[in-house]
Amino acid sequence: MTHEAPASEHDDHDSPYEGLFGGDSDHWAFGTDFDDPLAGIEATIPDGADPRALAQYCLMLGDDALVLSHRLSQWCGRAPELELDIALANIALDLLGQARLLLARAASADPSVVPPLPGASEAVPSPVPAEDALAFFRDDRAYRNAWLAEAPNGDFGQTVARILLFATARLALLERLRASRDAVLAAVAAKGVRELAYHRDFAARWFVTLAQGTEESRRRVTAGLAEVWRHHDELFRAHPVERELAGAGVAVDPADVAGEADAALATVLAASDLPWPEVPQAGQLGGRSGRDGAHTEALSSLLAEMQSVARAHPLGRW
Amino acid sequence: MSEWPLYEVFVRGKRGLNHVHVGSLHAPDDQMAISHARDVYTRRNEGVSIWVVRSDAITASSPDEKDPLFAPSGDKVYRHPTFYEIPDNVPHM
Repeated sequence: MTHEAPASEHDDHDSPYEGLFGGDSDHWAFGTDFDDPLAGIEATIPDGADPRALAQYCLMLGDDALVLSHRLSQWCGRAPELELDIALANIALDLLGQARLLLARAASADPSVVPPLPGASEAVPSPVPAEDALAFFRDDRAYRNAWLAEAPNGDFGQTVARILLFATARLALLERLRASRDAVLAAVAAKGVRELAYHRDFAARWFVTLAQGTEESRRRVTAGLAEVWRHHDELFRAHPVERELAGAGVAVDPADVAGEADAALATVLAASDLPWPEVPQAGQLGGRSGRDGAHTEALSSLLAEMQSVARAHPLGRW
Repeated sequence: MSEWPLYEVFVRGKRGLNHVHVGSLHAPDDQMAISHARDVYTRRNEGVSIWVVRSDAITASSPDEKDPLFAPSGDKVYRHPTFYEIPDNVPHM
């Protein structure tokens, strides 16, 4: 059986689907345009910056975003309400976008950080982009994220507390990083500031709501805050790489933004009628922490899940 | 947990002149409803402005009244400005 094409062109005249595909996008009420955050950005490495240090710095910022993005995506289908499910997934996707740009920058600054893929060779080149290879084929010891990002989710209150702490610190950092001498980092920071301002607002609003809600919600969010606050100080402890690049005008020394981040946190705590948390800080492992590649076992199980499919098909095309 | 109230969401697009009803959602309060609407309905770069209103604040016409309310205008063709030619360069008509 064959189907005849419409007999005459005027049959199509009233079709609502006419012109739907291709051509002018003006008929989309909301537009279809997307911005490339790196459009027109100069990708050369600034004078006086060690490319290997720059790559390590990009891994620190990128891994923070990647690992927390994965943690938040673990809420998918499990959040208390459908609307929160979408909100947490949105935040996760924003962070994933930042991670992608930062890991790609790490790979371009120092290609030796990209792990070789099993089975890939000169004859069979890897089909995987460098940022994907960094995300899916590095072991936990090569990750440079802070421990706050890898800690388990806990309940919704604890997740809100974590986003609040993370977004407040990262927003303060990226606001200054917009002035980086590295044009790529500056562009990523400019994009990230808009996103993180929303993440912080979302978390602060929910934090106050839960703290001033019922006895149970207050108890939970306070307990969650105490749990994530163990990783507060690490966020503002400068690694030698950060200090070196901050001296070159490329990075931001996190210690320099502790004051303004703490001031923002104090505002949220005051609105919540909660005292400044006095919580013992998580110790280091033999003097090393997340920025040095020393991690808790929470990261290895997270990566085992996140990397399992990619590692099962190292030469797969996605 | 008691259920969050339902809100109706209106979004004005970049090229739109009016807020358009796009759907509904649940939220614990008005501000949170804006926040949820931003996440649920403007993820694809759609909006420049959002209105939310609690669904129970809307008074709607009843389907039973459809005939007396709307049918009488059907034959009053003179109420429609269809006898004018609109120049091509007049936008938003």
